[in-house]
Amino acid sequence: MPPRADHNELLRYAALLEQARQIKGVSLGRDAWRRLRRNGVAMASLGFLVILALLALLTPLLPLQPPRHVDTARQHTRPQLAPFWQPTPLIDETGDAVRNGFGRLDPVSSGLLALRLRLFGDWSIGSLAGTDSLGRDVLSRVFWGARISLLVGIVATLVSLVIGVSYGAVSGYFGGRMDNAMMRLVDILYSIPFIFVVIFLITVLSTPAIRDELENTWGIDRLTVFFFVMGAIYWLTMARVVRGQVLSLKNEQFVEAARTVGAGPMRIVFIHLVPNLLSIVIVYLTLTIPRVMLFEAFLSFLGLGVEAPDVSWGSLAAVGLESMTPVTTHWWLIFFPSLALGMTLLALNLLGDGLRDALDPKLKNR
Amino acid sequence: MSFFVKRLVWMVLTLWIVFTVSFFLMRAVPGGPLDSERQLDPMVEANLLRRYNLDLPVHEQYLRELGRVVRFDLGVSFRLADSTVNEVIRQGFPVSAALGVFALLFALGLGLATGIVSAVWRQTPLDYGAMVLATVGIALPNFVLAMAGILLFAFYWPLLPAAGWGSLRHLVLPAMCLGAPYAAYIARLTRTGMLEVLSQDYIRTAYAKGLSPTTVIFRHALKGSLLPVVSFLGPAIAGILAGSLVIEQIFAIPGIGLHFIQAATQRDYTLAMGLVLLYTALLYSMNFLVDVTYALLDPRVKLE
Repeated sequence: MPPRADHNELLRYAALLEQARQIKGVSLGRDAWRRLRRNGVAMASLGFLVILALLALLTPLLPLQPPRHVDTARQHTRPQLAPFWQPTPLIDETGDAVRNGFGRLDPVSSGLLALRLRLFGDWSIGSLAGTDSLGRDVLSRVFWGARISLLVGIVATLVSLVIGVSYGAVSGYFGGRMDNAMMRLVDILYSIPFIFVVIFLITVLSTPAIRDELENTWGIDRLTVFFFVMGAIYWLTMARVVRGQVLSLKNEQFVEAARTVGAGPMRIVFIHLVPNLLSIVIVYLTLTIPRVMLFEAFLSFLGLGVEAPDVSWGSLAAVGLESMTPVTTHWWLIFFPSLALGMTLLALNLLGDGLRDALDPKLKNR
Repeated sequence: MSFFVKRLVWMVLTLWIVFTVSFFLMRAVPGGPLDSERQLDPMVEANLLRRYNLDLPVHEQYLRELGRVVRFDLGVSFRLADSTVNEVIRQGFPVSAALGVFALLFALGLGLATGIVSAVWRQTPLDYGAMVLATVGIALPNFVLAMAGILLFAFYWPLLPAAGWGSLRHLVLPAMCLGAPYAAYIARLTRTGMLEVLSQDYIRTAYAKGLSPTTVIFRHALKGSLLPVVSFLGPAIAGILAGSLVIEQIFAIPGIGLHFIQAATQRDYTLAMGLVLLYTALLYSMNFLVDVTYALLDPRVKLE
């Protein structure tokens, strides 16, 4: 048994510990957050994005008209404020009418929808943003489209994050010949015009026979294919950036220490190194999401992305383009989806720029 | 010289990978590419059978097909009766090339001018305005820009044709919409590069020996600040190639982008594959040119 420590000594240690507790280390993350908070534009973008994400999440709860409710009597209504609040006879609490108007919903969404029916009854917001060629409410479709656009942006980015970080970290940590080979592969992939390859891939995958097999035996629908294909493209830059960081970190003492106590290479890479890459990864994340969303909009616009009856902002804009002739321009069909997409992309870009500036010590005073 | 050979080898390797992957993807379609949901034109079917030796084993098909592609014979189209992929390219390529070159020139011209003005009059309303516009330009998808352009300049204020191809006037609106996001990027890069260069000692020396601001900016500062712009040209060209898919669709321009999208939506595998190979080769050559330009501009960079 060790000798009992002197009471005074214990008190001294306690005081020291207390003192240490009061000193707060300014981590890079905290410092960056402080700098970001002073950046009004970035904070406004962040606020906008948070509100947007919440609205998209809670869309079934909002008193919007059913997005798929066809009413040919009301086709191409101009945007108007007039009935701001109107009963929508289609909504009844049981039966297929609801499902027809909203499509098949996942359990959470149908729960929210049921809550909405209890809260608002059959009242909903009028067609403030006009209606399309089948009399469907544009405002509601933009909101429901937001769910898909944002979902694709976030999930595909996460897929690219997982691939890119693991690939880059492994390549950088092991170094040598393995690093060389892995980075050559990235170089080759970089020079392939992926947009064209992806379109070709979608061409093959949307052959009826293949699509049926994917959907029925594997349970993979086009949206899932989408996530993986896009995630598989956008990991390249992330892999390069992460590799560079790992190269500079892997000779630090904490890695040496971890190795000394017997941590294996995979543990060192994923437990010790990857958390240190967080800041740079976040910056690339905010800059990748708008690129992925832009690409999704681009494909949906060309009719190769999200398929009807699902809608995304890109496919809504494509519908708007179809309705555009010199004689009649139903401008609201183009304007509202484009506005939503443009504002979201702008906010993401501004936030990404702000984060990059906040985390980059070189750009601190610029 | 060895640089040139090395790049060529990489390009051939990449093309080979793209070809192989596409070939086996096409063969992965159940029942083979011929067994589609609707009956093919008998003439097309006969051509395809003859052309693709579908009775041979797969590896033999692959080798024969590779042999033809190496001789720049990309095969016959699946959907366009009596038309080869090479013919489609011969007709569509000049159109797309004209569009792309004009878009790039527009992006360079507008981007450089805006960037220089922003850097020289930095932290003035002019600079802030230009940079806000540039951020918006980067964020907006080009189809939004194109539709706004058509609404404004073709319908409400009929200055330019809304769609079609033929005269120089048909080119203005599509080229501007295609180039605008890259103009925005170039403006930002030029501004940053200019600011960096303008704070260098040699610029102060140039001013100190009594040179006029115009001379300093255009003779001394511009060249140094061009480097980031030149290295951005590679991604810009790739982006313009991709953007032309949408722009050609919107403005109904009969270029290869329009053909590619039609091939994709109608599952014309051979045409789509041929065009993917073409785009890959194009991108590689353009990147090569960009690297050479970079080395010419910056004597510190060696081609290797």
